[in-house]
Amino acid sequence: MHSEDSVANDHHHASDSTDVFGFWLYIMTDCILFGCLFTTFLVLHIQAMHGLVLKSYLNLYDVLIETFLLLLSNFTFCLAILNLYANKLFKVQAWLAITFLLGASFVGIEIREFIHLANEGFRWDVNSQASSFFTLVGTHGLHVSCGLLWILLMIIQLPLLKMTNVAKRRMTYLGLFWNFLDIVWIFVFTIVYLMGAM
Amino acid sequence: MFKDLLFGNLTLDAIPLHVPIIVGAGIFMVLVVATIIFWITIYGKWSYIWHEWITSVDHKKIGIMYLLLSAVMLLRGFSDAVLMRSQQAIASGTNLGYLSPEHYDQIFSAHGVIMIFFVAMPMMFALLNIAVPLQIGARDVAYPYLNSLSFWLTFVGAMLCNASLVIGDFAKTGWLAYPPLSELYYSPDVGVDYFIWSLQISGVGTLLAGINFIATIIKMRCKGMTLMRMPVFIWSALCAMILVALAFPVLTVTLALLFLDRMLGMHFFTDFAGGNIMMYVNLIWVWGHPEVYILILPAFGVFSEVVATFSQKTLFGYTTMVWAIAIITFLSFVVWLHHFFTMGAGADVNGFFGIATMIIAIPTGVKVFNWLFTMYQGRIILATPMLWVTAFFTTFAIGGMTGVMMAVPPVDFQVHNSLFLVAHFHNVIIGGVLFGYFAGIIYWFPKAFGFRLDEKWGTWSFAFWVVGFYVAFMPLYVLGLNGFMRRVNHYSNTMYQPYFIVAALGAAFILIGICLQIGQLIVSIKHRHTLRDHTGDPWNGRTLEWSVASPAPLYNFAELPIVSTRDQFWEYKQEHLAEGRVHPKNMHYHPIHMPKNTPAGFIIALFAGIAGFALVWHMWIPGLLGFAGVLITMIARTFKTDTDYYIDAATVKKTELTHIKEMI
Repeated sequence: MHSEDSVANDHHHASDSTDVFGFWLYIMTDCILFGCLFTTFLVLHIQAMHGLVLKSYLNLYDVLIETFLLLLSNFTFCLAILNLYANKLFKVQAWLAITFLLGASFVGIEIREFIHLANEGFRWDVNSQASSFFTLVGTHGLHVSCGLLWILLMIIQLPLLKMTNVAKRRMTYLGLFWNFLDIVWIFVFTIVYLMGAM
Repeated sequence: MFKDLLFGNLTLDAIPLHVPIIVGAGIFMVLVVATIIFWITIYGKWSYIWHEWITSVDHKKIGIMYLLLSAVMLLRGFSDAVLMRSQQAIASGTNLGYLSPEHYDQIFSAHGVIMIFFVAMPMMFALLNIAVPLQIGARDVAYPYLNSLSFWLTFVGAMLCNASLVIGDFAKTGWLAYPPLSELYYSPDVGVDYFIWSLQISGVGTLLAGINFIATIIKMRCKGMTLMRMPVFIWSALCAMILVALAFPVLTVTLALLFLDRMLGMHFFTDFAGGNIMMYVNLIWVWGHPEVYILILPAFGVFSEVVATFSQKTLFGYTTMVWAIAIITFLSFVVWLHHFFTMGAGADVNGFFGIATMIIAIPTGVKVFNWLFTMYQGRIILATPMLWVTAFFTTFAIGGMTGVMMAVPPVDFQVHNSLFLVAHFHNVIIGGVLFGYFAGIIYWFPKAFGFRLDEKWGTWSFAFWVVGFYVAFMPLYVLGLNGFMRRVNHYSNTMYQPYFIVAALGAAFILIGICLQIGQLIVSIKHRHTLRDHTGDPWNGRTLEWSVASPAPLYNFAELPIVSTRDQFWEYKQEHLAEGRVHPKNMHYHPIHMPKNTPAGFIIALFAGIAGFALVWHMWIPGLLGFAGVLITMIARTFKTDTDYYIDAATVKKTELTHIKEMI
């Protein structure tokens, strides 16, 4: 049988594209997870019959601020990536830190909104609309929180990893993840908040 | 307060000391574990087990561990089957049998969950792990560490399910835990929580394994292996794994929502405050129907390999085979509603799903004919893997036909949830999936272990399994047509009893078949020197896995192969028949880059298990510890960048030369 020269083509050397492909696959599965939650929300939010409907509790102004914070954090993350490829470690860390702050403010406002809703009586256990609202938005918030933890981790790890392939690959993953959460949020904003307020 | 946080709802009363069967089973399990620990300690093998197995990222070893898990769980799942068959054989008329309804309900729920999640799925991943990297000419899967994590998550899920036998109880809801029965109001005990967390943990493992194998197959095929040159087993594995990636997130969501209902009083599937029971049934089958194909597709792949090898002919209709698999993959997502035609979605919806279901019979039929045409004019060798294939043809044809019958909504209204259905899905899952996996295990056994399985014992176990299957399940068809429903632990009309006695007899035959399989294993291990596979090619195989030594060396291929046809190894043998197949001795060997072993997967899974157990019993402190453990281990692992090493050229040369010497 013919054989190729093994060292040059060894998969662990050419693994970057394989690894990023795998992360894309993960993102796709996460997409399906959110798809199910959206479907559940769409099916169940019509069925809540009595009095307590999401519409009367929403504060779209806050949600708009949340949206801009998240979109802005995406922009700052991209700046971090640009600096990564320019090999400017400190700037990468600085932009990551700003991204973290923006993301944290997003989560903060969301938590405030949840507490507000619960105090007003729109708790997760009052009806199916409330349940699916808290679950869908909460799952997104949980993802963002994981992302925040990951950003912190990257800020710590970047000086250790230096500007190696590993660092770049991990930043690519994080970027995919963070962008993905942004896209999901656009759908949350449209389907849950804008359509919910109608 | 502290005690509540530490132990939650768990008290000593959770151990059902008043039920002799459970106490017996519990003592038996403890004894088995204690014996194993005793012998490992006596022989001082802990270090070996830790370094060579638990922390291993070698796909072949992970495959063997999957196989072991699946075999152990098969014994547990089959014990449940024996309990059910014997209960139904005697619990007629005035006799109430020996199992109380609560216990019987747990048994059939556990039987279904175990057989699908902890027998069939691990057996499939065993075959994938053993065969896929070797067949595509790769040195390992794309993410070896993730592979180890996947296995250990599956393992922990299975152990959580086993723990429910002794500590607390298991779900009494059937294997899919339909609400409202599975809601807190109707199932206030921990059974459904065990169900949720054992499946949630193993489900994450399966999803990760799915991603891993897709990436492996797409990105790591050796040079020259285009998509249409992949062995059909690889195609079937790829499609099954795509189904895993598409379907398992749905399971995760469904179980999570059920958990939120039970834990936080939410209203997804409750029957008031806007909850919708049918939402659960839809979601669970959007996962559940593809799951059926996740199991059967790799079995189809095995049949394709086995039929071609043992007919000593190229597989007939490769392209149609691939398209058939792809079409089945697609169709499996548009038929989920046939599991609940009785929901009342109306004639149009039922009609659509009924027709979509019937269409699946066409690509499946194409495959069956392809296998038959492969055998036509082939020089067929009836070795045990081939025996299982021949049994599959008739058995699966019967199962397929009853499936098409039930795809007709009016017929389904008659036999819905009857024993006819039970007979049907056992017919396809045993006659299709299990027979296929058995064929695959015997086929690839030499590649994993270095020696063949004993043919004589194998033939006898085959005979008892197949006869036992027909004797056990054909009566259920008759009973189902007579209106006997599933999940019944006592019936007053004694007219049914003879059928159940025959079915119990069938179970006894299968029991003998399983005992003979255990015997086959013991005999084969005893005679492993005479059964040794010296050449690495015991069946005159066609694909790349047979071109290396048995068991395959750690690095699989000293030189990554280059492929120019489908049956590469077969063609190579034809070309080089005259010169012999020995590699030149003065070949130049290179150092090989391999991943290092890591305990991270095992530790993460262990903490996940602790978290799962804690959530079942509402033990908040251990729960937090479990979650923190998972998180910290994962983060700690990311700080380790030195995860690979080189096997030096001298070691590779030595290993290869040893194999060549043995071959000549």
